[in-house]
Amino acid sequence: MATETLILPDRPAAVAPLRQKLGRDDWIMRGAVVALGLWLILTVLLPIWALLSKSFQAADGSFVGLANFQAYFASPALANSIWHSIWVSLLSTVICVLLAFVYAYGLTRTCMPGRGLFRIIAQIPILAPSLLPAISLVYLFGNQGLVKWMLFGASIYGPIGIVMGEVFWTFPHALIIITTALAISDARLYEAAEALRASPRRTFWTVTIPGARYGLISAVFVVFTLVITDFGVPKVIGGKFNVLATDIYKQVVGQQNFRMGAVVGLILLLPAALAFVVDQLMQRRQLALLSARAVPYAPRPDATIDRAMLAICSLIAFAILVILGVSFFASIATFWPYNLTPSFKNFDFDMMDGGGWRSYFNSLVMAGLTALFGTAVIFAGAYLVEKTPRFRTIRGFVQFLALLPLAVPGLVLGLGYIFFFNNPANPLNFIYGTMAILVICSISHFYSVSHLTAVTALKQIDREFETVSASLRVPFWRTFMRVTLPVCLPAVLDIAMYLFVNAMTTVSAVVFIYAPHTTLAAIAILNMDDAGDVAPAAAMAMVVFATAAVTRAIYMLLTQGYLARAQMWRKR
Amino acid sequence: MNLCTTSGLRRALLSIAAAMFGLSTAARAADLTVYTALEADQIKPYKAAFEKANPGINILWVRDSTGIITAKLLAEKANPKADVVMGLAATSLMLLQKEGMLMPYAPAGLDKVDAKMRDPAASPQWVGMDVWASAFCVNTVEAGKKNLPEPASWADLTKPVYQGQIAMPNPASSGTGFLMVSAWLQMFGWDGGWKYMDELHKNIAAYTHSGSKPCRQAAAGEYTIGLSFEYRANKTKKGGAPISIVLPKEGLGWDMEAIGIMKTTKESEAAKKLSDWAVTAEANKLYAENFAIVALPGIASSMEFIQGDIDKMLIKNDFAWAAENRDKILAEWSKRYDGKSEPKN
Repeated sequence: MATETLILPDRPAAVAPLRQKLGRDDWIMRGAVVALGLWLILTVLLPIWALLSKSFQAADGSFVGLANFQAYFASPALANSIWHSIWVSLLSTVICVLLAFVYAYGLTRTCMPGRGLFRIIAQIPILAPSLLPAISLVYLFGNQGLVKWMLFGASIYGPIGIVMGEVFWTFPHALIIITTALAISDARLYEAAEALRASPRRTFWTVTIPGARYGLISAVFVVFTLVITDFGVPKVIGGKFNVLATDIYKQVVGQQNFRMGAVVGLILLLPAALAFVVDQLMQRRQLALLSARAVPYAPRPDATIDRAMLAICSLIAFAILVILGVSFFASIATFWPYNLTPSFKNFDFDMMDGGGWRSYFNSLVMAGLTALFGTAVIFAGAYLVEKTPRFRTIRGFVQFLALLPLAVPGLVLGLGYIFFFNNPANPLNFIYGTMAILVICSISHFYSVSHLTAVTALKQIDREFETVSASLRVPFWRTFMRVTLPVCLPAVLDIAMYLFVNAMTTVSAVVFIYAPHTTLAAIAILNMDDAGDVAPAAAMAMVVFATAAVTRAIYMLLTQGYLARAQMWRKR
Repeated sequence: MNLCTTSGLRRALLSIAAAMFGLSTAARAADLTVYTALEADQIKPYKAAFEKANPGINILWVRDSTGIITAKLLAEKANPKADVVMGLAATSLMLLQKEGMLMPYAPAGLDKVDAKMRDPAASPQWVGMDVWASAFCVNTVEAGKKNLPEPASWADLTKPVYQGQIAMPNPASSGTGFLMVSAWLQMFGWDGGWKYMDELHKNIAAYTHSGSKPCRQAAAGEYTIGLSFEYRANKTKKGGAPISIVLPKEGLGWDMEAIGIMKTTKESEAAKKLSDWAVTAEANKLYAENFAIVALPGIASSMEFIQGDIDKMLIKNDFAWAAENRDKILAEWSKRYDGKSEPKN
């Protein structure tokens, strides 16, 4: 891949000097960029490489070409999964993006009441593991389901359940992207359309949709990738409907057939990588969409539209709350569905599979460490990639490595970690089976989005700061600590929050590398469900959700108070 | 710089490092990694009793279903992580024995163990703990609503009335599933057994990962009948589930839970202590709280909801045959029933 062409910032001509002698700062920064590159090679590139090479090897490690792939396609049950995965993901994507578009339209382009509340409700699914909607759907539509009749005799176990669960779980992701796309629009275009007496319908199709098209395309790819690589929903509710993600798990955990797992992993890598490349190309074209003279669009009240949007958004928000509420209800019922007296019996995790309450505390430690070290590494890394003078090729390559995890499904990354770190010949073998490998894997898994957040924040800081500091002979790290970090504090906290919540709820990457003393809460949900302890699984899902929600709430309170003061300088 | 803060910082960093790499500043006890397929709700009392009798030894359980633990042990053959295998099906331990992965050891008190329940060698590579056997969990509320008669035999399960009403464990992952399949093939013959399963497959709504799940699903009314095993049936009924427990009249599939020491263990002293403990009367009394038949004869069991004499209902089980043919059976089973799309009902 042409690493040169990846989004490198355009540098103002004024600060791109001619050949200059490299100072001490330059050497330190270059050294740090190289160190970051090596770190990413070690924690992202080599594990993926280990997985790729494994898929071309026989059990004894000899090269066998495509033999494993032939074996894979010779098994009709396995090859079937490709088709299953594709159509289920497409269907989920279409439904999810449509719903998210309507919802985002309501939030950004109408004056319907309660928009703040709707925004908050829409974020709920992000705070829960993908296993939660699947468990709730069993309670809603399973054979003892509360509203089973709504399926008219169809079974929730299979594609219907998978699509419903995935739409719930990916909804906030699509919503964030589309809301952003709809929020930046030029009011002058609407004024022009009005002046030209275009009908609202025509305006919608010729102004609104084209304006949001990159956001929509981006949302489509993000959701498609999330669905095709998600494993929690199909594991719980897929029944006998096999998809690629559950096949990897079955091959690796169920049959310990690592080579076949590597083959499925490679197949799963293809659509995700394709989506990533297309999305990158699209984003590059979007750069010049919003001109400096654009006037932000402000929606005007329109009773009919506002009322209609309120109805639709309420319905969607209601569905989200119901799915969350059902898991809560199931977790406190003594014996669903025969004894609904509330009790805490299902929270006695120590008598169930999955490692008990210890798993929960392990998850807290893991998520905390991921947030701490991840934020430090990623933010400092983004700073170096952004601010190191010249050194283009290496910076471009590091930038590519930082974005690579976006294209790698968690299951594939986790499997790569087994191959790479569990190899006795690897000097880093000692971290296998420790908390450290879970933290490192989680940082790598969620690297790209955090990196992009940091880069965006850093781009907002004028390069003058660095130039001035350099001319005053202030070392770059002092500028970093005194100027860059405080200015970027909101982004830094955002990254920490993002890492914490994701590390708390993720199943896919860590499911292959946890050890007996590092069991995690989200994986405990999976194991309890596997053993038939569905209500305790729902209970653990609620505990994880509550933790993420409380953390998020504290974060919001803190940021409102502290950041308001710390960011006072932004105002005049 | 303030010294207090640096030492505090250093201490904090050290403790983070310790947490991350699993180091411990306390005196290191012997950690025994024990692979097991025992139920999660059984292992706590076993661990507590053993550790109380053997201070300084700490059991680290790696627990999963029988098929997964077996596959894991075989996959790790070159670089085994387990010290002891405890509470795994004898058929699986016999596979490990064939692969030369187990250490012969005669635990103190071996002479008291029922001769049928151990590897016959003088220094056995595995010793049985207890017997577990198949049982149906039938949800009486749902059966009443749907007017379903209570099945009394394996043969009854293939009747068309039970279409889509039965959950059964996948024999590839679950030991409880495997012992059923093995029993059918032994009772009805190779061809007869597969013919039976073809019929039964038409009525199966779901093949589950674990042997407990079908009973728990029956208990929750998700499916009316769950093919499971007697411990889970008894325990689930005790927990207040509206189920009746049926022991099929043709005979019960069964297997033994057994213990064996890995040849490669670096903690062989501690491993031997666990093996010794596993044949004590104290351990057997704990097993007897969960199972009707245990390795030491004469220890009374209390399974309050199991009616019928399990001992007499067990089929004649050829373990050597089952272990020998395990791979072949599972491959055939997967070919026939795994990955089939949802049956149309």
